[in-house]
Amino acid sequence: MKELRLMKGNEAIAEAAIRAGADGYFGYPITPQSEILEYLMAEKPYETTGMVVLQAESEVAAINMVYGGASCGKKCWTSSSSPGISLKQEGISYMAGSELPGIIVNVVRGGPGLGTIQPSQADYFQATKGGGHGDYRLLVLAPASVQEMADFIPLGFDLAFKYRNPVMILTDGVIGQMMEKVELPEFTPRWTEEEIVKMSGDWATTGKTPDRERNIISSLILDSAKQEKHVKKLELKYKAMEADEVRYETFQCEDAEYLLVAFGSTARICQKSVDIARAKGIKVGLLRPITLYPFPTIPIHELASQVKGMLVVEMNLGQMVEDVRLAVNGKVQVEHFGRCGGMIPNPDEIVKNLVSKIIGG
Amino acid sequence: MAVITREDIIKPENLVYKRTSLLVDCALSYCPGCGHGTAHRMLMEVIEEMGIQSKTIGVAPVGCSVLAYEFLDIDVQQAAHGRAPALATAIKRLMPEKYVFTYQGDGDLAAIGTAETIHACNRGENFVIIFINNGIYGMTGGQMAPTTLPHMRASTCPYGRDTETMGNPLKITELVATLPGTCYVTRQAVHTPGNVRKTKKALRKAFEYSYAKKGVSLVEIVSNCNSGWKMTPVQSNKWMEENMFPYYPLGDIKVPAAE
Amino acid sequence: MAKVKGAIVINNERCKGCEVCVDVCPESVIAMNKNVNTKGYHYAMVTNENCTGCTNCAVVCPDGVITVYRVKVPTEVV
Ligand SMILES: Cc1ncc(C[n+]2csc(CCOP(=O)(O)OP(=O)(O)O)c2C)c(N)n1
Ligand code: SF4
Ligand code: SF4
Ligand code: SF4
Ligand SMILES: [Mg+2]
Repeated sequence: MKELRLMKGNEAIAEAAIRAGADGYFGYPITPQSEILEYLMAEKPYETTGMVVLQAESEVAAINMVYGGASCGKKCWTSSSSPGISLKQEGISYMAGSELPGIIVNVVRGGPGLGTIQPSQADYFQATKGGGHGDYRLLVLAPASVQEMADFIPLGFDLAFKYRNPVMILTDGVIGQMMEKVELPEFTPRWTEEEIVKMSGDWATTGKTPDRERNIISSLILDSAKQEKHVKKLELKYKAMEADEVRYETFQCEDAEYLLVAFGSTARICQKSVDIARAKGIKVGLLRPITLYPFPTIPIHELASQVKGMLVVEMNLGQMVEDVRLAVNGKVQVEHFGRCGGMIPNPDEIVKNLVSKIIGG
Repeated sequence: MAVITREDIIKPENLVYKRTSLLVDCALSYCPGCGHGTAHRMLMEVIEEMGIQSKTIGVAPVGCSVLAYEFLDIDVQQAAHGRAPALATAIKRLMPEKYVFTYQGDGDLAAIGTAETIHACNRGENFVIIFINNGIYGMTGGQMAPTTLPHMRASTCPYGRDTETMGNPLKITELVATLPGTCYVTRQAVHTPGNVRKTKKALRKAFEYSYAKKGVSLVEIVSNCNSGWKMTPVQSNKWMEENMFPYYPLGDIKVPAAE
Repeated sequence: MAKVKGAIVINNERCKGCEVCVDVCPESVIAMNKNVNTKGYHYAMVTNENCTGCTNCAVVCPDGVITVYRVKVPTEVV
């Protein structure tokens, strides 16, 4: 039976993982996401579902634990916030190179450096353009509500295993700390060893039985021709994601003459801005990318034929705006309005910027 | 009476020693005389004799043994430099019924992976660490390692390791032996028949103790790197006895309480 | 009392000519060939029939290229 609860985003994501049949969580404390590890430690899923919860010695160790567990075909995940995610980039790149499934949650805070513990979206580039070394992509999901925090865990595992690729949930302290009503999914039992062998026995290190060759998890391919072939194979997965996994939401776009583009918590604020603008007679719509990679390029491109201009609103100096501009390809004016350093844009200033930067006057 | 000829002796029923079939039938990538090969063979002999091939998962490091998975006929994960104990932690916790080991060089284990090593040992994870200490970074061309001996030359300390500026060689094995999380800590070598046999016994104990949930077993193997040391293999083994063993004495450092 | 007699087989192509086996043989059975294998290594070879099958050479060979056989021989046969 589905269950309704009032929860913080960080708690919802932790509870959702237990219910999704996750096998292992490995984390390290950092604000504003420590509640995830705290919640799991308090819930003790290792006594109920058998999910392993471990406080690692660092984010580096935590992501490498995810690597070790994922290599066994297990559902593993980790979470952190910006400075910790920087440390995880080594392991994320290795996971992508070795084609390992897993979820990395980034509850973004303002940076660079130690920055601030306040919310930010400044890790968009890091999440969508690589972050670690080498040619790879993460599937990036951007929740805008506590409900989506919970929903994106099972979805994230599905996608991670479907593509054998790490998935990132890119959120921020607003959603992580916000309390909302959430409908929790039913419990999915953890996969048994037999199920894992059946599903992933052709690649996972579950122990070499006489009926198969040994399984090796490695991202090392010294022969350049073979390395190129491997990267091209990864590219095919990314192309498939671009074709099949784009997720987005539109709000009052039907008659829109102007478009706001925003993700995550900023998109929620922009919904307010749409209402304010419409009350003033300005026909504005909102497009919210749910997957930041693959990016909703086509729907944005199509809206460029309908609207007169777009304002991209982000809690950074202008990152996603580059992808919007690529999608629009010069057809209409695309401007950026951003707050950063932990400052959150308010609905009125968004409308003001839409007027001054796009509509004119 | 007929004299027994070579042909009479070389028959399957008279076989007393052959390379274990758990080592993949291919040439090892190591330099001539390198102890990595012998260490691999002892490891696989133990896995064969214990009958645990299907229950064993290994973790290969970054270092000369990065390609260990090419040679070991078991499931292996290749780790980022120094991170093997983190991988092994997750593998063993998620699959407690498996035998899990890491195989790591001194740069991997005692420099870049110091945190992962010490914390896995401190948590008392139930896996085996096989630590190949050759006092140098073999793979990258003979740079100084945390274990490089005082005054020993390496490509990044061409005038010898100056302990004033570079510190003293790290005895990480003694260090982890002080942690309650380790159950069996021993230092061995693989350059003479006697030492090879002792190493094999140590590896077997290590697998047994850690499987019995006593904590981390760490088997250090003091080994040669004749390429990095710029010696012949035979010279390097002699140099190892004369210079490495006084600083890194062989023998058990810690055994489980019941022993 | 029976004596033992052994014989070793060296996989010449896999031998890397490291010479580690030479010194550990109590019977001085092994020496290096002046010829090289296709990899360019002088490979180890058997020089006499004194092998007792003690396995020392095979145990230390880093590349595991030595196979050892041994038989018990009644003294009068030898
Ligand atoms: C993050 C990172 N830093 C540096 C390297 C380069 N590197 C490869 S192997 C190695 C040293 C290996 O030395 P050791 O662990 O002693 O193993 P050995 O080759 O001596 O067996 C280094 C520095 C790397 N691969 N990754
Ligand atoms: S470089 Fe040194 S450690 Fe590496 S294979 Fe050669 S001898 Fe062995
Ligand atoms: S088995 Fe013993 S006696 Fe025979 S060649 Fe090898 S080391 Fe020498
Ligand atoms: S120890 Fe092995 S590789 Fe080295 S010379 Fe002897 S047979 Fe050849
Ligand atoms: Mg080394």
